[in-house]
Amino acid sequence: MTNKDQYKVGKEPFYQAQSDEVTLYEAAYAARLPVMVKGPTGCGKSRFIEYMAWKLNKPLITVACNEDMTASDLVGRYLLDANGTRWLDGPLTTAARIGAICYLDEIVEARQDTTVVIHPLTDHRRTLPLDKKGELIEAHPDFQLVISYNPGYQSLMKDLKQSTKQRFTAFEFNYPEAKVESEILSKEAGIEVGLAAKLVKIGQAARNLKGHGLDEGISTRLLVYAATLIKGGVEAKAACRMALVRPITDDADIRDTLDHAIAATFA
Amino acid sequence: MATAVVEIPSELQSYWKNLDCGFPRVAEVFPECMQEALKKLTNDGIDAYIENARFLGKMGRGAEPILIFLEEWPGIAKLIGEDSLQDIMLFIRKMGKSPNGKAIVPFLQSLPVTARRLPSRDQLSDYLTIALDLMERTTGSVHGIHQTFPSPGLPEMFKQVPILLGQLSLAGLKHWVDYGVRYYDDHPERQTEYFSLHSADSKAVLQRERHGTLLVDNDRKLNLYMRGLWQDEDMLIPYSSAFDELRKPIPYYDKLGIRLPDVYNDAHGVTGIDRYRATLAHIIGHRRWTKAIIADNMSPQQRMAAEFLEDCRVEYLAMREYPGLRRIFTALHPMPAEDACDPEKESSVRHRLAMLSRAILDSQHPYKNQNIIEFARRFHELMQQGESSTQEIAELAITFVARTRLQSDNLPKTHFKDTVVDFRDDNRQMWKFIEEGDEEEAFDEQRKIEPGEELKGLPPRHYHEWDYNSQSYRPDWVSVYEGLHPQGNAADIDKLLEKHAGLAKRLKKMLDLLKPQDKVRIRYQEEGSELDLDVAIRSLIDYKSGAQPDTRINMSHRNDGRNIAVMLLLDLSESLNEKAAGSQQTILELSQEAVTILGWAVEKLGDPFAIAGFHSNTRHDVRYLHIKGYTERWGDDVKSRLAAMEASYSTRMGAAMRHAAHYLEKQQADKKLMLILTDGEPADIDSKDGRILIEDARQAVKELDQQGIYSYCINLDPKADEYVSDIFGKQYTIVDNVAQLPERLPELFISLTK
Repeated sequence: MTNKDQYKVGKEPFYQAQSDEVTLYEAAYAARLPVMVKGPTGCGKSRFIEYMAWKLNKPLITVACNEDMTASDLVGRYLLDANGTRWLDGPLTTAARIGAICYLDEIVEARQDTTVVIHPLTDHRRTLPLDKKGELIEAHPDFQLVISYNPGYQSLMKDLKQSTKQRFTAFEFNYPEAKVESEILSKEAGIEVGLAAKLVKIGQAARNLKGHGLDEGISTRLLVYAATLIKGGVEAKAACRMALVRPITDDADIRDTLDHAIAATFA
Repeated sequence: MATAVVEIPSELQSYWKNLDCGFPRVAEVFPECMQEALKKLTNDGIDAYIENARFLGKMGRGAEPILIFLEEWPGIAKLIGEDSLQDIMLFIRKMGKSPNGKAIVPFLQSLPVTARRLPSRDQLSDYLTIALDLMERTTGSVHGIHQTFPSPGLPEMFKQVPILLGQLSLAGLKHWVDYGVRYYDDHPERQTEYFSLHSADSKAVLQRERHGTLLVDNDRKLNLYMRGLWQDEDMLIPYSSAFDELRKPIPYYDKLGIRLPDVYNDAHGVTGIDRYRATLAHIIGHRRWTKAIIADNMSPQQRMAAEFLEDCRVEYLAMREYPGLRRIFTALHPMPAEDACDPEKESSVRHRLAMLSRAILDSQHPYKNQNIIEFARRFHELMQQGESSTQEIAELAITFVARTRLQSDNLPKTHFKDTVVDFRDDNRQMWKFIEEGDEEEAFDEQRKIEPGEELKGLPPRHYHEWDYNSQSYRPDWVSVYEGLHPQGNAADIDKLLEKHAGLAKRLKKMLDLLKPQDKVRIRYQEEGSELDLDVAIRSLIDYKSGAQPDTRINMSHRNDGRNIAVMLLLDLSESLNEKAAGSQQTILELSQEAVTILGWAVEKLGDPFAIAGFHSNTRHDVRYLHIKGYTERWGDDVKSRLAAMEASYSTRMGAAMRHAAHYLEKQQADKKLMLILTDGEPADIDSKDGRILIEDARQAVKELDQQGIYSYCINLDPKADEYVSDIFGKQYTIVDNVAQLPERLPELFISLTK
């Protein structure tokens, strides 16, 4: 049996609730309903799940999905070894066996034929058939499936099937309100709230430009990076340019505008 | 000749004698000029002054040159140094020897301004070189030996020097002059228009060469600024600041958009773009925080005060939002000296208000006036409590006016120096008028389109044209009118297809081969249709050697699709009406057949495909005729347009290619192909230099290349070798035997897209 404890979240992760999402999640977990979290990148989706796993004291298995991922990367596969072959459980199978929260991050990145393997686990059956091995796993009573995706890059090619979508309850995340966000920055990076508020202001300037040359605004995560740099002794404007502007754009006009926003915010 | 009316003082008599000048008007001003010269010039300078003045007096151009010189030179010499006189006199002598003597007076008149703008000998000598160049190139000759006609443009340019040097750097001036000389060399009236800044061309080139930050270049940046930092958006409309010398327009906004000057130079250490941002921040401040108040009960002075303080309020609030704006505002805000204005002689209202405004903005202000200090404090107290309001501020302003009122406030002469804050708008949105006052002007007259003036067809699109002489674009040079090609009888085209049934059958076979059926192997598949032996063996070796084998040993296939958008551009110039060599048909008819078969073939392939024709009648009238659009099917509409194809006028290829490219560019396809079917070199009746349109077309090909469009020319001119490779490089085919065109064109297309 796999060691359960290695998947436990050891220390309380910092998470600032934006509204009633914590209680709602607890209710969903109580009923073992599958959960989907959506929202722009870096707004705290993964942090939220980590926090909930800690709060519920359940193991958390995270899988970052990508295009090359096949169904066997999730379910498991036979490996060759000196004596013949050996079965190795994939992360989804492990989670179903040990009763963990299985978190499939950025699920749309995986191909659609891969995503369908989660279907039997997400309805009343709560089973996972392992075709190759000829085994049917009954999910552990504690098992829950969570997926996340970013509707921002929703394109024709990257969207969930209706049949997948309709198996989940969903939370929609967004960047926190200015006040909450500056508290988050100040707690996460240990900077004062006034400075944090300025960073948030720059972040919002960029978020206003979404769709006008920016695919996505400056995320809370990047703001935390900037705050961390400043805390580490980097000059504020330089830190902002490095952590907030340069990563998100190659467009000279936008870069110029955001640089000006930094100059205008830090007098 | 009468002796001098005015007595020459005895100490100046020797100079007067050396000057040896008989004009009574000169004698009138001589003592005064001489005294000034004695103060400002060195001894050598005085000698040169007299000597050159004497020369000017004896040139035979009347008293004007010597008068101007005597009056202006000492001041100019002070600015640029006495050495420059040599260069200037050399230039005047050259003008005197050529037929351009008439330009000497305007030149001398423009000298003081020139000297102020170009205060060094080097700059001045560069300027003289430009003027000399203009003179030499535009002075006409009859038989090519002696220059006999004066340059029409030269005196005009001297008259415009204040504007020109105000707007342009020397390099810009050189470009502007070059342009005028090049295009209006042979047309005296146009040349005069150009150099007197009257023609649209002249203004356009001036605009392009201006120094500073142009609004058009930064439109997007400023839109991003408004949207990103202020969540506001509006049209930014430039107004010209170049030609209103007396009354500079002020930024403003109304329901149509925000009006800004077309160019801002860097000033007081603030870059042009930051000046735009400051102006926008101010205007957006008004849009956000200003509520219009009723103007009728306030005197003009009270209103001015309310405007000043309201401006301060919105800037204060803007700075509260973005503290960094303070640096820009402070740098741009004038700081009138406290004692600059004499309240006895002129109205000091503006002066006081500008000081107050400065004091509010800048806590380090130097003012000692108790009222200023007190009202700055009261303003800040008001703002500490929140956002305040326009009404509240207006009341504060009225109190200020009442408190500081002086008898002289009603004097007609107002002190203006250092009181204009140029990033502020004109505050027209701040006031509501219950009654129409007579002092209000209608800034934007309502424009009605008169009945009968309705536009026919689409408005023209303007394209630049490349000029290889100057290696630059002629701005908005060509007007392209587009429209649907008239329709004819679609059955004619079907007949053509029947005629070429044999060819169609052969093509069909080739097309079937082209259809998307290329199999592409996808390797490294865990599950696939076949075993990929290479990978399988590698995995087996890994396995035998104890390493983790790759399990992705299968492969599968998929069909690769064609993804190509095609534009066929037809030259419909007059020469197509000629009979093709060795054939009974005209080139037009053969082209028609060829296009018909190509159209049919491409439809079979399913590629997005458009057909358009073009011809031109000077740069003002390039016609672009749509025959088939990308979304249209190969149906009767298209066929009937094709059937009506006619040929006339000339071939201005570059503009047509640019216009076609702007449609092709919007197609979403991996490959974009523009086929140009033509029977001769680019030419037009208003272009004497045959090379220019060839070079322009070549430039257009380069532009297309940058847009990811592959251009290919099918040329029906057997003598095309001379120019076609200049334009298209290697991307062309010459079809010598035009009769074969219907066969060759589809084949070419197929081989190009294979």
